[in-house]
Amino acid sequence: MADKKKDTATKKASKKDATPKATLPPSGFRVAVREILRSKSALTALIIIILILLLTFGGSLFLNRAQITEMNIVDAYYGWGQGGHLLGTDDGGRDILKLLIMGGRNSIMIGISVTVITEIVGLVVGLVSGYYGGVVDAIIMRIVDFIQILPQMPIIIVLTTVIPNYNAVTLVFLIAMFGWTPTARYYRSFILSQRDRDYVLASKTSGSSNFQIMFREVLPNITSMIIIDVVLTIAGNIGIETSLSFLGYGLPTTTPSLGTLIGFANDPVNVINRPWLWLPATILLLVISLSINYVGRALQRAGDARQREN
Amino acid sequence: MWKTILRRLLIMIPQLIILSLLVFLLAKMMPGDPFSGSINPNTDPKQIEALRRAAGLYDPWYVQYFRWVGNLFHGDLGTSYIQHVPVTSLIADRANNTFWLSLLTTILTYSIAIPLGITAGRHQDQWQDTGVQIFNYITLATPGFVFYILGLWLFGFTLGWFPISGSVSANASGFWGVLGSRLYHMIFPAILYALIATTGTVQYLRTGIVDNKVEDYVRTARSKGVPENVVFHKHILRNSLLPIAAFLGNTITGLLSGSMIIESVFSYPGMGKLFLDSISQRDYTTLTALILIFGILTLIGNLLSDIIMSIIDPRIRIQ
Repeated sequence: MADKKKDTATKKASKKDATPKATLPPSGFRVAVREILRSKSALTALIIIILILLLTFGGSLFLNRAQITEMNIVDAYYGWGQGGHLLGTDDGGRDILKLLIMGGRNSIMIGISVTVITEIVGLVVGLVSGYYGGVVDAIIMRIVDFIQILPQMPIIIVLTTVIPNYNAVTLVFLIAMFGWTPTARYYRSFILSQRDRDYVLASKTSGSSNFQIMFREVLPNITSMIIIDVVLTIAGNIGIETSLSFLGYGLPTTTPSLGTLIGFANDPVNVINRPWLWLPATILLLVISLSINYVGRALQRAGDARQREN
Repeated sequence: MWKTILRRLLIMIPQLIILSLLVFLLAKMMPGDPFSGSINPNTDPKQIEALRRAAGLYDPWYVQYFRWVGNLFHGDLGTSYIQHVPVTSLIADRANNTFWLSLLTTILTYSIAIPLGITAGRHQDQWQDTGVQIFNYITLATPGFVFYILGLWLFGFTLGWFPISGSVSANASGFWGVLGSRLYHMIFPAILYALIATTGTVQYLRTGIVDNKVEDYVRTARSKGVPENVVFHKHILRNSLLPIAAFLGNTITGLLSGSMIIESVFSYPGMGKLFLDSISQRDYTTLTALILIFGILTLIGNLLSDIIMSIIDPRIRIQ
C-alpha cells in the first residue's frame, strides 16, 4: 500500500518534470494576473495603484520625517504654488505635497499591516471553524457574532485615548482586533462547502492529518478567494484608518496621514478659503479607494466566472 | 416561529451580560472619577478621599459592577464629570436628533436602492444595469467621509443650497417653521448618507432578481401563461425582496455606527457628535453610557433582522 502510494507520487513528479505547468491547473495568482491583463479598465486601475505606490513609497525615501513635521509658523498657509510649495503649506508651515506623500504611504502601510493580521487570523479561524464544524464551530461563531455586534468605532476611539504609549502599531492592532471577524466568516462559509468534497475525503482515507488537509489540500483551493479578499480588505482598512484619523483619533498627530490632512476640512474656514489643505488628500484617497476596489471587483468577477464553470 | 424568536431572545441575555461587563471594564480603564472634576487648590485631599470612599469607589469590582447595573435598571446612567448633569438628560435630546436623521436616511436609502436594484436586475447586462453598477461601485468604494466632505464643499459651501451645520435654525418659529427648518437641516446629510448606504441593498436585490429569473418556478409560471408583468412582480420580485427585508436590522445598525462621521462633518447635534465632544472633553461617564447604548441598539438591530428573517423565510426556523 505504502509502496504504491510512493510509486504514484514519483510518477506524478516525473510527469510534472516532463511537461512543466501544462498539466497543472492555473494557480489562483496566475488567474488573477491573466484576468486583470484581459480587462483594459482593470489594467488602468492597476497601473494607477502602482504609480501611487511608487510616488508615496518611493517619494518617502527622499523625505526626512522630522524635517517635514517640523513647525515653522512664518510659512503658514501659503496657497497653491506660493513660496516654492507646489501645494501650499498648512497651519504649521509644513509642505502639503510632502505631507501628502508621507501620509499616503502611512495610510497605505496601515491598511496593508492590518490586512496581513486580519487575513492570517481570519484564515486560520475560518479554516478551523469550517473544517471541524460542530462544537468548535459553534463556539467560534458565537465569539465572532459577539465581536461583530460591538460598536467598533466608539470602542477603538476610547481605547486610543486611554492606552498609554499609543502609536501606529497600537492602532494597527486595535483595527485588526475587530477586522478579522468578517474574514473568518467569509472563509468559514466556503470551507464548509469544501469539507465533504471528494478530494478532502480522499485525502482523509489516505491518512492525511487534519492539519495537512486544511493547509495542503483546502488552502490552495481558495487562493483566488484569498487574493480577492486581501485586495478588498486593504481598501476597507485604509478607509477605517483615514476615517479615524479624520476624526482625530487615528494616527498620532506627529505621523502624517491622509485622514489627518482631510481633517482640515473640519474647519469651515479651511473648506472655503484653503482648499489646498484638504482637497489633494481627499482626491488621492478617492483615487486609491476607487482603483483598489476596481481591481478587487475585477478579480471577484473572474472568481465568479470560474465558479460557474465548475 | 415563536420558538425561534424566544430562542433568539434567550441568546441575547448572555450577549447583554458580556456587553455590560465589557463596557464596565472599559469604564474602569478610563481615568478620573466624579470627584476629580471638582478638585481645585482649595479642596482638602482628605475630604475628596472620604467622598470617594462613601461613593464606593474602593469597593471590589464586582460590587461596583452590580451597583452600576442596578443603577442602569433604574435609568441612572451616572452624572457627567464635566457638565455636572445627569447623563440621561444630556443624551435624550441628542438621541432624538439621531433618531430622526436615521429614520429619514433609512427611508431615503430604500427609496433610492430598491428602484435601482430592480432596474439593474431587470435589464441585466444592458446599459441600465451598467449605469447602476457604476453608481454602486462608486458608493461602495468611496470612504463615507470623503463623499460627505466633497458634497458639503460642493452643495453646502460653493452652491449654498443647504445649511452646513446644526439641526434647526435659531430663528425658526411655530410648529411648521421648526419642522421645516429641521427637515431642511437633515435632508442633505440624509441624502449623502443614504447614497452611501444603498450599496448592500442594490447589490442584493440585483443578484436576487438575476438568480430568481432562471429558477424553475419562474419557468413554470411563464409556461402556465402568467403575464410577464405578474411573473416579475409576484414571483421574482417577492422572492428577491426577502434578503432586503432581513437586512433592515443591519441597516439600522450600520446607520448608528456611521452616525459619528456624518454628524461630525455636518456638525449635527446627535449622539455621534455628543460622543466625539465627550471624548475631546474626557467626559468618561457620558462616553460609557453612549457605548452601552450603541451596543444595545446594535443588539436590537440584529435581533430585528433575525426575527424578520424567521417570519418571512420558514426555512431558517429552528425545529
